[in-house]
Amino acid sequence: MSAVMISRKVTRKWEKLPGKNTFCCDGRVMMARQKGVFYLTLFLIVGTCALFFAFECPYLAVRLSAAIPVFAIVLFLFVMAMLLRTSFSDPGVLPRALPEEANFIEMEIEAANGSIQAGQRPPPRIRNVQINNQIVKLKYCYTCKIFRPPRASHCSICDNCVDRFDHHCPWVGNCVGKRNYRYFYLFTLSLSLLTIYIFTFDIVHVALRSMDSGFLNTLKETPGTVIEVLVCFFTLWSVVGLTGFHTYLISLNQTTNEDIKGSWSGKNRIQNPYSHKNIIKNCCEVLCGPTYPSVLDRRGLMSVEAPSSTSSPPTPDNAATKSNPATPNTVRKNLYKGPCILHLRMTFSAEGGKVMPCGNKCDNDINRFKCTQPTTWVFTTPEQPSGIPEQLSSNHLKYHNFQQYSTHLTTT
Amino acid sequence: CRPFKSISVFGCIKFIKYEVLALWQTHSLQDLRQQAAIASKVFVQRDYTSGTICKFQTKFPSELETRIEKQQFEETVQTLNNLYAEAEKLGGKSYLEGCLACLTAYTIFLCMETHYEKVLKKIAKYIQEQNEKVYAPLGLLLTDPIERGLRVVEITIFEDRSIGSR
Repeated sequence: MSAVMISRKVTRKWEKLPGKNTFCCDGRVMMARQKGVFYLTLFLIVGTCALFFAFECPYLAVRLSAAIPVFAIVLFLFVMAMLLRTSFSDPGVLPRALPEEANFIEMEIEAANGSIQAGQRPPPRIRNVQINNQIVKLKYCYTCKIFRPPRASHCSICDNCVDRFDHHCPWVGNCVGKRNYRYFYLFTLSLSLLTIYIFTFDIVHVALRSMDSGFLNTLKETPGTVIEVLVCFFTLWSVVGLTGFHTYLISLNQTTNEDIKGSWSGKNRIQNPYSHKNIIKNCCEVLCGPTYPSVLDRRGLMSVEAPSSTSSPPTPDNAATKSNPATPNTVRKNLYKGPCILHLRMTFSAEGGKVMPCGNKCDNDINRFKCTQPTTWVFTTPEQPSGIPEQLSSNHLKYHNFQQYSTHLTTT
Repeated sequence: CRPFKSISVFGCIKFIKYEVLALWQTHSLQDLRQQAAIASKVFVQRDYTSGTICKFQTKFPSELETRIEKQQFEETVQTLNNLYAEAEKLGGKSYLEGCLACLTAYTIFLCMETHYEKVLKKIAKYIQEQNEKVYAPLGLLLTDPIERGLRVVEITIFEDRSIGSR
């Protein structure tokens, strides 16, 4: 028995996640695909603050108080922390349904619909749920194959269903959902404060310096002020407005998505069933509520590892497995009749594709079952990338995804 | 052979006649689950009648009628619901945690575990305990809902066609 060298490539779950997200730092960072506007945001914030620290702060620290730049630094760090936290965290993505779950739901839907006459369109897939004495409709997501929880929505840019979906924000390069909404709100709030702060002290600085050396000289000495004032002026309107809008939404416990769709507005529509009818309570829930964990498990290890054999010298064993290579469309039958086995030691035989159990009891003492009858197997190679089952030791095989192929298996 | 974590769980798996069951020594309960003989799976859906909090329906699925008592099943789901309610409770403690975290710009979570994560660990322990004591002897297996995005409680029903080779 030769030792086939297998180099295991550790695959983490984020590498196999569907959806159009990009991941960095080995799955720790999760963002949308288009990041251009996010870099612009970073540049504007860092650039403006850098100009402020370079031009205004030295003068103001001396003339007025050293606390001014200190507070500016603290505020700047907070803004950056909130921005990065919003951009890099999982907004509350709902993982797609695995095939079994999807089938189960399909069967339930079919059972509920009954028989449909040919030519008729099947009814829309909607589930009605009563929440707080209001009827809320849960829609079925054809991409993720789940009935979306209330307040969840599918983001077409990221191709994910996001829980408590607010909106997809290109400025932060990510969706805003349940998990990062408070960071997003704190980002806009602190950015508003920072913008107002810089704008105010720019004006103060220009005013004070003009008194000392004249207006035109001031502009010549600190050209950065002009840029800062311009940036801050335009930012103010948008960011402060946005903060105000989100404050309004939070007090009513609504999302941007619901507001745009008009889910809870209008007389004939239902009232918002999620609101506590108390502004303070709503704010507390959204901003100080529990921090929800990510259900994506980005950094978990995949249970199937793709073995790539770095060196496989031609041996009878390999010849045996390779003599009948599995072509893409055929899965040869693996027919087994014997006792239920929890552990089986196998030895390859040289008889081209046949595997004979060695009949030894596994030395794992918790295994109650043992191979009592020699059984002949037709060795099926599952459609793995390498086509070779992973070999744990010289006569110890591990088969992957075996149950997937159970549908191909028949009895003799 | 690595010692097997909860192999006693599968002490009751009977002989399966038709399907292939090469159940290999696996490294964890997780792997074994995927490779054992599965008859079917039942998915206990979320109960949204109380809002968006994490709560599962206690309705007894018909597929489990022959396997487990209704009472036992409902008790399990109810305990799970209570644990999730504890995780998501809005109260003085969660507000305090939120405010404290905000003051430190959420950097405190680099060293501290959130309340929710602590309760999730409790839940994982509870599910493992339930599997070992109650469900495995009946040929069932609960999957922690967090592995399914907190959408469903997946119950795997194992084949039970015994020919006495226990």
